[in-house]
Amino acid sequence: MNLTLYVWRQKNASDKGKMERYDARDISSHMSFLEMLDVVNEDLTEKGIEPIAFDHDCREGICGMCSLMINGIAHGPEPGTTVCQLHMRHFKDGDSIYIEPWRARAFPVIKDLIVDRSAFERIQHAGGFISINTGGAPDANALPIAKKKADLAMDAAACIGCGACVASCPNASAMLFVSAKVTQFANLPQGRIEAAERVQKMVAQMDLEGFGNCTNHYECEAVCPKEINIRFIGQMNREFMKAKTGLG
Amino acid sequence: MTLDAKIPSGPLAEKWEKHKFEMKLVNPANKRKYSIIVVGSGLAGGSAAASLAELGYNVMCFCYQDSPRRAHSIAAQGGINASKNYQNDGDSTYRLFYDTIKGGDFRSREANVYRLAEVSANIIDQCVAQGVPFAREYGGLLDNRSFGGAQVSRTFYARGQTGQQLLLGAYSALCRQIGKGQVKMFNRAEMLDLVVVDGRTCGIVVRDMINGKVSSYAADAVVLATGGYSNVFYLSTMAKGCNVTAAYRAYKKGALFANPCYTQIHPTCIPVSGDYQSKLTLMSESLRNDGRIWVPKSADDKRAPGDIPEGDRDYYLERKYPSFGNLAPRDISSRSAKEACDEGRGVGETGLGVYLDFADAIGRLGENVIRERYGNLFHMYEKITGENPYKAPMRIYPALHYTMGGLWVDYNLESNLPGLFVLGEANFSDHGANRLGASALMQGLADGYFVAPYTMGNWLARAGVSEVKADHAEFKKAETDVTGRTKKLLAINGKRTVDSFHRELGLIMWENCGMARNEAGLKKALEQIPKLREEFWQNVLVPGENEELNQSLERAGRVADYLEFGEVVCQDALTRTESCGGHFREESQTKEGEAMRDDKHFTHVSAWEFKGVGKAPELHKEQLKFENVELATRSYK
Amino acid sequence: MTTTATKTIPAGIAGQSSYSSIWKKILMAVTGISFMGFVAGHMIGNLQLFQGQEKLNDYAELLHHLGGLLWIVRGTLLIFLAIHVWTGIRLYFQNWSARPISYKRQESIETGLTSKTMIWSGLGILLYVVYHLLHFTFVVTNPEYAGLTDAAGRLDVYSMVILGFQNYLISGVYIVAMLALAFHINHALPSFFQTLGLNRPSVRPWLKRLGTLAALLFFFGYCSMPAAVLLNIIKLPGGGN
Repeated sequence: MNLTLYVWRQKNASDKGKMERYDARDISSHMSFLEMLDVVNEDLTEKGIEPIAFDHDCREGICGMCSLMINGIAHGPEPGTTVCQLHMRHFKDGDSIYIEPWRARAFPVIKDLIVDRSAFERIQHAGGFISINTGGAPDANALPIAKKKADLAMDAAACIGCGACVASCPNASAMLFVSAKVTQFANLPQGRIEAAERVQKMVAQMDLEGFGNCTNHYECEAVCPKEINIRFIGQMNREFMKAKTGLG
Repeated sequence: MTLDAKIPSGPLAEKWEKHKFEMKLVNPANKRKYSIIVVGSGLAGGSAAASLAELGYNVMCFCYQDSPRRAHSIAAQGGINASKNYQNDGDSTYRLFYDTIKGGDFRSREANVYRLAEVSANIIDQCVAQGVPFAREYGGLLDNRSFGGAQVSRTFYARGQTGQQLLLGAYSALCRQIGKGQVKMFNRAEMLDLVVVDGRTCGIVVRDMINGKVSSYAADAVVLATGGYSNVFYLSTMAKGCNVTAAYRAYKKGALFANPCYTQIHPTCIPVSGDYQSKLTLMSESLRNDGRIWVPKSADDKRAPGDIPEGDRDYYLERKYPSFGNLAPRDISSRSAKEACDEGRGVGETGLGVYLDFADAIGRLGENVIRERYGNLFHMYEKITGENPYKAPMRIYPALHYTMGGLWVDYNLESNLPGLFVLGEANFSDHGANRLGASALMQGLADGYFVAPYTMGNWLARAGVSEVKADHAEFKKAETDVTGRTKKLLAINGKRTVDSFHRELGLIMWENCGMARNEAGLKKALEQIPKLREEFWQNVLVPGENEELNQSLERAGRVADYLEFGEVVCQDALTRTESCGGHFREESQTKEGEAMRDDKHFTHVSAWEFKGVGKAPELHKEQLKFENVELATRSYK
Repeated sequence: MTTTATKTIPAGIAGQSSYSSIWKKILMAVTGISFMGFVAGHMIGNLQLFQGQEKLNDYAELLHHLGGLLWIVRGTLLIFLAIHVWTGIRLYFQNWSARPISYKRQESIETGLTSKTMIWSGLGILLYVVYHLLHFTFVVTNPEYAGLTDAAGRLDVYSMVILGFQNYLISGVYIVAMLALAFHINHALPSFFQTLGLNRPSVRPWLKRLGTLAALLFFFGYCSMPAAVLLNIIKLPGGGN
């Protein structure tokens, strides 16, 4: 199939950037979206045009590196799928495809479709952990944890930190990401000890980074490749209230 | 050069305890005087960086991704082994040790493997304390499963995302230390050279991948935890960015590269669909518990799988290995698939695939049971191929998956270059010629949490604070070399893209040094690779500039290293004329076509020393001594 | 390439420093739900219009005799209103500035019309409330109502309402305002539960329906009054116009 791509090109952080039009010729429906871009890039390189820069790594939907806004939807039209797992069979011959980087004040563009997501890192540095040193941990089975609780923690922990929640949120809010981390620990007994401190620190850092506020659109959940549930945002709010009021 | 593995004396089970006591310690007040560089932030690197920082050392950690959490350890699905014996099914440190030695086809060090088994239980404790949400039973205790044909249930898991969860655990420990300022984290930073002054490893040279700036970092010790080199085959299950560059630059600076020919091929991957294929996707081996593998009996049979009657199908694994059938080990299963395809009986558009059929299992157990067991894998398969595996059989093909070879290290995980430590997949130490399922995660974390923090102290206490700073002439020289090389790559301005070279190299490697190897093929590869390398340096087209984020340039540097490293792999495969583990030499097989080890001549580690580009590396041997286990032959008939 | 432990963004940029994003959510939820209580009570009270002049004017009289309590309620509502409006406007600007460069193309999968338009439906309601107070409470817009009393000498709210709604313009504005109210509530009520962490997957579809149900109830409840007046179902006392 043949496609027309409209791709955001921006030389570096200080460049203004603009959309450019490219043709993608002879695309196989078996290709992944990123393989389609590989083919376009090979073609551009041979023509002496600088290839399109985009983040990617594992290409099996788990590292969270790939991050494209495709036709206005984070990670493209397939629900529960990262860009690298999106295949061209979901597009038709002659389609026009808009490809843009994540857009948020807290995620400045580095080049073309690559953005700087270090804000997420700093939120984690602020408190996304349980404070224990290596060695000296008690036997793993010394602390039984109800399966239901452990499963809930796992549901939250499945987050891959790609930033699609921020990219898709009309407010560029990072609440789904932060809540996934906060509640993974809050739902486990070993994480309860620091729960109050953790939620306050992580939320404070989130606010400092310049993300927007959550106004319950739930767009984040709809595009999340790991389908993280917005119930975790609710739980985080509760954790936050408990922490601030000392009722936790 | 004599290779001293520095294995402590004494009975196997007491070596590590004894060694821990004998090692020198760094006074707590003095730890802050030492700085350590950790390259790589996966399970091994992340856990090492965090643990060393917890001890009080100043750590600098580097990764090429935009976050340490994205290291490819994240993609491991199945689980992590530990000899906890929670299931009361007879597991023990010794059994895990024995299984690992045997699985590695008796090509690993007893002492290292025993220590690995010994600390495996601590890993689970550590991870649970960090908040890793392992699967649990209704009673609240940890769940286990049997994995990769093991006779005991010792595998801990977190859904199909165990690697992710363990990595996030290590990353959370790392975050804590970054937050405290004890670890300085460098993301989007690629190590491009190692600096050695007067025989001591002093630091690294790094390119900032955002602005191209090349800088030097000096430290009292350097830890490489940079993963494996499967991407020398271009197509593999590794992440696109995984590379051998850091390890290879260390090799060029004198570190020995051990057993590079030991590569593991995983039998259940989704087949290649076309030339554009950029990587391969693994599906858990557990699929073989219920799926039956077959190809048409006749090469001319081009009917749809559903139209081929039972009588015209060849369930070749069940036929050749009646007792193990579809559960035959990874290497056997992979090789048999290749044989079937070589005979022209492969299926799918490319003819490079075999069927993995669930029709019988669905008939026997019902679709719901199969959905419960493999739902996520079936879903993944359908997402990638667009075919419904409940209706038509899956197509699978083997793919490069893991590399057991790596930089040579002694018992302390220190390479032959003093002050250079190598952890995880990047070293060669624990898996011998073949790795068991669910052992990669175990090794990475064992090295990072429980081995390196001890042995590092011993080294620092003995070596003292390094006098060499980042403005030393050797650093300047290395920076000049790195910059010169980058300039050279950009200046060639040829006709072929970097990827086209990488694909061609991959094909040479896969054809001649893949699942089955022979002398003629390896010699052919050793002729082709230098030619390709020569063409690369004359005709590669690397667009853009150095002073910007330039993904073509990053790849070009890595491929340039692969074009040299591929030769080392082939050289090692050529020299090892026996078959063992993941290395199958066609000349060394039984009448039935089974791998035949040659314990008389090859019970050693082959460690290669760099002698110059295009020159044959020099072989050093470390004899493996088996004092506790008896060398046995595998049989899966 | 270095990720340092903390990066201090000047407080002015996002304006987030004074109180946290979650506090803002909670403030919106708590003040919002109190308005909903008020709007419900107000509607039930007003619907006494259908029970005739006597009943409604009785009710109005009762309210006026609450004295101190009335002022406490009015004061609280006013403070809540100030908080709700101020926070809402801040939220709007902060969220707007959290994405300085907008997408060339952006689709919504889950984001609904009512959730996207909260600021506008909210401002619409605010404008209406101001007008409404001027109209009935302060009797500024229609001073001719000032002296209206019923047979018992009480303030004749009943007639004021009917006279008002007989004006097409006033009824039209009223209906538009109630539409804004319905929009606002459709998103606000389920959001209240979510914000306070009282949402979970099993009840989520019900909460969504509850929001829509409340929105419809308020819309039709309130609009039944101008409709009844305009359709001549409810007439001025004595049948006169």
